[in-house]
Amino acid sequence: MMNHRLALAAAQTTGSMTCAEILVNGVAAHCDPLGALYLPDLSCLVVSDLHLEKGAAFARRGMMLPPYDTLATLNLLSAVIARYDPKTVISLGDNFHDRRGSELMPAPFRENIGTLARGRDWIWINGNHDPDGTFDLPGQSMDEMLLSGLIFRHEPSLIAGRGEVAGHLHPSATVARRGKYVRRACFATDGVRLVMPAFGVLTGGLDLKHRAMHGLFDHAALIAHLLGRDRIYSVRFGNLIG
Amino acid sequence: MVGVEKTLADYPNTLPDLLPRPFLKWFGEKGWSPRAHQLELLARATSGENMLLIAPTGAGKTLAGFLPSLTDLTRRGPLPSGSPFVGVHTLYISPLKALAVDIERNLMKPVSEMGLPVSIENRTGDTPQAKRQRQKTNPPDILLTTPEQLALLLANNEAERFFKDLKYVVLDELHSLVTSKRGHLLSLGLARLRRHAPDLRTIGLSATVSDPMDLRRWLVPQNTPQDDGPEAPAGLVHVRGGAAPDITIMTTEDRIPWSGHVATYAIPAVYEEIRKHKTTLIFVNTRFQAELLFQELWTINEDNLPIALHHGSLDVGQRRKVEAAMSANKLRAVVATSTLDMGLDWGDVDLVVHVGAPKGASRLAQRIGRSNHRMDEPSKAILVPANRFEVMECQAALDANYLGAQDTPPVGEGALDVLAQHVLGMACAEPFDALELYDEITSASPYSGLTWEMFERIVDFVATGGYALRTYERYAKIRKTKEGRWRVSNPQIAQQYRMNLGTIVEATELNVRLVKRNQLGSVGRGGMSLGKVEEYFLEQLVQGDTFLFSGKVLRFEGIRENECLVTNAFSLDPKIPAYAGGRFPLSTYLADQVRAMLADPSRWHVLPDQVRDWLAIQRDKSMLPARDELLIETFPRGNRFFMVAYCFEGRLAHQTLGMLLTRRLERAGARPLGFVANDYALAIWSLNDMGAMIESSRLSLGDLFDEDMLGDDLEAWLDESFMLKRTFRQCAVISGLIERRHPGKEKTGRQVTVSTDLIYDVLRSHEPNHILLEATRRDAAAGLLDIGRLGAMLARIKGHVIHRPLERVSPLAIPVMLEIGREPVAGEAQDYVLEEAADDLIAEAMA
Repeated sequence: MMNHRLALAAAQTTGSMTCAEILVNGVAAHCDPLGALYLPDLSCLVVSDLHLEKGAAFARRGMMLPPYDTLATLNLLSAVIARYDPKTVISLGDNFHDRRGSELMPAPFRENIGTLARGRDWIWINGNHDPDGTFDLPGQSMDEMLLSGLIFRHEPSLIAGRGEVAGHLHPSATVARRGKYVRRACFATDGVRLVMPAFGVLTGGLDLKHRAMHGLFDHAALIAHLLGRDRIYSVRFGNLIG
Repeated sequence: MVGVEKTLADYPNTLPDLLPRPFLKWFGEKGWSPRAHQLELLARATSGENMLLIAPTGAGKTLAGFLPSLTDLTRRGPLPSGSPFVGVHTLYISPLKALAVDIERNLMKPVSEMGLPVSIENRTGDTPQAKRQRQKTNPPDILLTTPEQLALLLANNEAERFFKDLKYVVLDELHSLVTSKRGHLLSLGLARLRRHAPDLRTIGLSATVSDPMDLRRWLVPQNTPQDDGPEAPAGLVHVRGGAAPDITIMTTEDRIPWSGHVATYAIPAVYEEIRKHKTTLIFVNTRFQAELLFQELWTINEDNLPIALHHGSLDVGQRRKVEAAMSANKLRAVVATSTLDMGLDWGDVDLVVHVGAPKGASRLAQRIGRSNHRMDEPSKAILVPANRFEVMECQAALDANYLGAQDTPPVGEGALDVLAQHVLGMACAEPFDALELYDEITSASPYSGLTWEMFERIVDFVATGGYALRTYERYAKIRKTKEGRWRVSNPQIAQQYRMNLGTIVEATELNVRLVKRNQLGSVGRGGMSLGKVEEYFLEQLVQGDTFLFSGKVLRFEGIRENECLVTNAFSLDPKIPAYAGGRFPLSTYLADQVRAMLADPSRWHVLPDQVRDWLAIQRDKSMLPARDELLIETFPRGNRFFMVAYCFEGRLAHQTLGMLLTRRLERAGARPLGFVANDYALAIWSLNDMGAMIESSRLSLGDLFDEDMLGDDLEAWLDESFMLKRTFRQCAVISGLIERRHPGKEKTGRQVTVSTDLIYDVLRSHEPNHILLEATRRDAAAGLLDIGRLGAMLARIKGHVIHRPLERVSPLAIPVMLEIGREPVAGEAQDYVLEEAADDLIAEAMA
């Protein structure tokens, strides 16, 4: 389902892509097909749920998953940062797959992040997988951040959702036409708040109709912005399968 | 009748020398005499030969297989109390738990009647922990078990002690075992057993196969340096089949369906047959067919005949009850799947009904063998074709006297994922020397061609995942000691190995629990467990869908934790999954016979009127291809354009062809949207008119069906095929890359926290030559994709492809068109689907 992202991650090149231009609580935002959100007025790029070092986290438990996920995710991140050259990068939590991930990360990846962060403000929002913050990496760790009417946190809040940009849920959505089903990761927003797709290459998705999503959105206004090969496909909640 | 190469007179041993007194007495009391093949096997095995016994059901195969052990143990006599530890004497391996249990029952009878000093126990996944523990300290003389349990015993550090006294390994249903990954695992286990007990002898029991040499080699060590050349294959005792079975095709007044696999039209006729016979076994190919037939039979069971259901997903207690009732002759009929296929000895079955087409001869012969265990009388069987093509298939099988000819099972090259699992198991047993283990492994016939280089890669894979990027050294599962032997890094690894052992992955299964809805409409928690159902079937369901399971129509309520919650549907109209058909593809031989029948109207007179009319109308509206031709029809329907190819090469080969043709059509600009395949044909649909493209020479059928599709196109497709992903999942689990269960966390497949699809994508883009991808490609090419068969077809039809452009769907196309369901789309069309969904939004917004 994410073949094209993986291929891009391996090739380190991206062609032309079409974003969806939306408003979140009145703030202009671009949903990028690679799975990042760009806020042009703030020159701020948001990604969520990188789950770096997921392979290594499993290897520590005896499951030798391919050690390439961190590299692939960073390649994608590098591509999307090159496209927008943002002043600020916010990583919305679950930056690493487990608490020890950032400490045990091999040096080349560490340098890779150092290069990406040079000359920018880098914010690591803490997630449930990595609540202790990062170890020996550029940028600041924090639980939440307010910026120009938006609040950035990892887990969506059930009571204070206005202007919230969050991650955690890995939303995906399914559409059907002519008897065929296609499921993709997506941005989910009703204009008031937004939940980001997971950015890491080893992250799965949770359907927007899953009960974990209940109560977050005004369904009448909810739109899923699905990640396509080189553009975003925007589909109203009522037209999704699930 | 009993065609044995040698007679009793050929043996210098007199009968009393071969058979100890209690045996002679027992035979005498029963008024029986030992059969020639039983004595031949006994004499040759006793003198030290490894043996293969090929015999039809009812020839006394089981007793023959155990006679060498029983006579040896009788001569040994009971062990004096207080004697030192003695390991197990005979190991019996069966592919089915039920068979091991059944054999215990059947073997105990003569053993206790003769008063033999022989202890017999089984050990399966259902054996309680306490009993397993006791078996380790005080093993029975004869242990009845399965390949998985053997692997577990061998991975234990007391394996050597347990097996050092092993004399015989009896391998039941060998023809069925050797073809699968379980057979590969078993062959490796056997190689290890030989190290613990170098003098052990193997006795393979098999149904009839046309060329037994593969099996005979399988039973003896390969590549072992001998003074007098390579080890001879196992000795062969071949009992020729008994009376020819009496097989007919069921004829009814009712309409034969166009497609499907369930044959509900024939239920009343089947019921009539049940009433006319003492005990009827009804075989179907899948559990869903079993469920549906069972339900339908009970709907019309006005006489309340005891009719039972038996399939592998049912709760083990329920299955045991059915088996016991069956052997006590308390049932009039059992609807069963392949769980009852093999070797189980039943009471007085006098009729076998086979629903669906034969597909392959060995399978059918095996099932028909269930009826009438006296091999001298003909078995009686009725074939019930489930659709019109199957009518032709059944008829072709009978016309060609096909049941005399037998398919030879392909033993195949040993799977690499199984090898990885075994290597870890051997490290769990005791630290191993790589060279020694390599020699041991290559003595197993499926692995006799394994290269040292490949073996080293497997060891590296087991240790750290085998990646070019070596970042996992510090997490290695096995490490080389100072003495140069490989040992497990910590005891937890061995525990993980034990929890994840086995080769059967395709069914990630969830427990099905029957719950109740309360007045508020929410479902409760407690309720009866009905058995297990495959997760990938459940994934197709949404809440409220109904399906058949355990003889009930159930309403799917959802998945909670690792259970599937269902309520009673109180409905008679369940949703039957589209893929419920036979999983065994049509054999090449039968396919050719069906093509021949199709092309020759003079043979149609034996077919039922409806089938004959169907073919005649096809001839008028379109055409019928000659035996060596490939007919392609194109026609518009709805908002799509269809192309149907009548290849007759079986569903697997058609699916592969469908994938490859879709790619080519995509490149040719036809914008294909999907395809569906059955055993006989392939249908592809597209947005552009493929018929017009062919007629105007914008699309060349010669190019489209050129053999070169098996080159680059195949490679490219394999890389993104969902089938390959499914195969990869199996390889990842069997090889131990992904755990099914983790100590302390009872995980189901659903809860595996990382998707194997994503791992596959990452691996493919960063290390495309990784050993697990190689293992996956090998498996897929041999199994799911049926590449060999597809290649043979493409060569055959070169220059014989015929196009018929039609205004509308043809009669012959109806069966495959009815199968159109939910097939995943590949490639560009995915984005078309997204585009259209998005366009709907625009239209809505602009309205």
